[in-house]
Amino acid sequence: MDWGALHTILGGVNKHSTSIGKIWLTVLFIFRIMILVVAAERVWGDEQDDFICNTLQPGCKNVCYDHFFPISHIRLWALQLIFVSTPALLVAMHVAYRRHEKKRQFRKGDQKCEYKDIEEIRKQRFRIEGSLWWTYTSSIFFRLVFEAVFMYAFYFMYDGFRMPRLMKCNAWPCPNTVDCFVSRPTEKTVFTIFMIAVSSICILLNVAELCYLLTKFFLRRSKKAGNQKHHPNHENKEETKQNEMNELISDSCQNTVIGFSS
Amino acid sequence: MSWGFLRDLLSGVNKYSTRIGRIWVAVVFIFRLLVYIAAAENIWKYEHDEFECSIRQPGCENVCFDHFFPVSHIRLWALQLIMVSIPSLLVVFHVAYRENREKHHNQKLHKSPGEIDGGLLCTYLISLILKTGFEIVFLVLFYKLYNGFKVPRLVKCDIRPCPNTVDCYISKPTEKMIFLCFLVATSCLCILLNLSELSYLIFKYSIKRYAKRVIKKRQ
Repeated sequence: MDWGALHTILGGVNKHSTSIGKIWLTVLFIFRIMILVVAAERVWGDEQDDFICNTLQPGCKNVCYDHFFPISHIRLWALQLIFVSTPALLVAMHVAYRRHEKKRQFRKGDQKCEYKDIEEIRKQRFRIEGSLWWTYTSSIFFRLVFEAVFMYAFYFMYDGFRMPRLMKCNAWPCPNTVDCFVSRPTEKTVFTIFMIAVSSICILLNVAELCYLLTKFFLRRSKKAGNQKHHPNHENKEETKQNEMNELISDSCQNTVIGFSS
Repeated sequence: MSWGFLRDLLSGVNKYSTRIGRIWVAVVFIFRLLVYIAAAENIWKYEHDEFECSIRQPGCENVCFDHFFPVSHIRLWALQLIMVSIPSLLVVFHVAYRENREKHHNQKLHKSPGEIDGGLLCTYLISLILKTGFEIVFLVLFYKLYNGFKVPRLVKCDIRPCPNTVDCYISKPTEKMIFLCFLVATSCLCILLNLSELSYLIFKYSIKRYAKRVIKKRQ
């Protein structure tokens, strides 16, 4: 399994995340991806070989296995992890776009640009505000949605989170209702509950991060509004300056128009 | 299977792509390559062992499996991934050629070797057309070889040495079908991305040429 590449991509996002985001990433990598790769694969490795039905009828085992496990737990978790990690890409793309714009400004020799060299731009950590805030918040929202959807799909497909020892199957070509035995049901139940628990922790972390970002946003807004109330003169001075500039521009435009018409 | 080479190639291509191109690289990398390696490969791992026919005649299972799966789904998927990523090499080679020329002549011939204009634009457009072509070819191949994208639970086989029409059961058909649908969906998404990138580039450079012409006429 090649999760190293995902680790590289998400590691880059880590720099621009909040503290809760960093905790979420750690939980994701250590308690979900690592556990999936190291342990769960071994447990589910022989799932069809050791799925045994009490019949010699060829094909009955295949059909019963397919009926009870439309998609294996392991594959569902792998897909869940991939989908849940993907919104972080949005943030990575946005950061890359900002960096690209700053580099362009720097190359043009824009005086507004406050960087001394390209290396500084590359290493710079962007604060989560403005449009990046919206991207970050939407990525958390999508993460939550994907987590919830997969957990529900899991619950719906397997009628809960327990792995039964015995399943009764009468799909054709099984001649009658046969007993089919699942391999390692207790171990699978333990791992399933573990993965569900960690998923729930991740959901909680995402909700906490969302609340934190929203609180920060509203606090910042109220601060700005407060500043505007306390320093109205400052605003007025800027307004009068702008008005003077507008008058100058309109005067020069009128002169140009008159010039053309004559 | 070692996909490190493809991963490096895709990361290299990312540098010289447009924005839509970068989204394409991300989709191929995460939703196709990673899903293939992390999930899909294991489903088809024991497909031959788990393919069971209701007969004891030696050789019958082998012959039936070979008849219904001339090329396994998973191998076709892998081939598709490789063929679809290769046209991007053309762009990488062209940029390397430009950089080489600049070194050879010891002067700056282009604004930046990775800037998509002139010859590199043609190469880029050709690579987009090839990528789209390969995607469509493989989708059609899948459809024709397997009569659609469904994986049946049961297939009936009567090829020698099977003595009569025997029932053969495919393992994990539902799971295979789910991942095949996923493959088709991501393929279609990639085709859309390629077509939109193609239209965007053609539109952008037509506008540029038109603007240049207008400026020349005025002068």
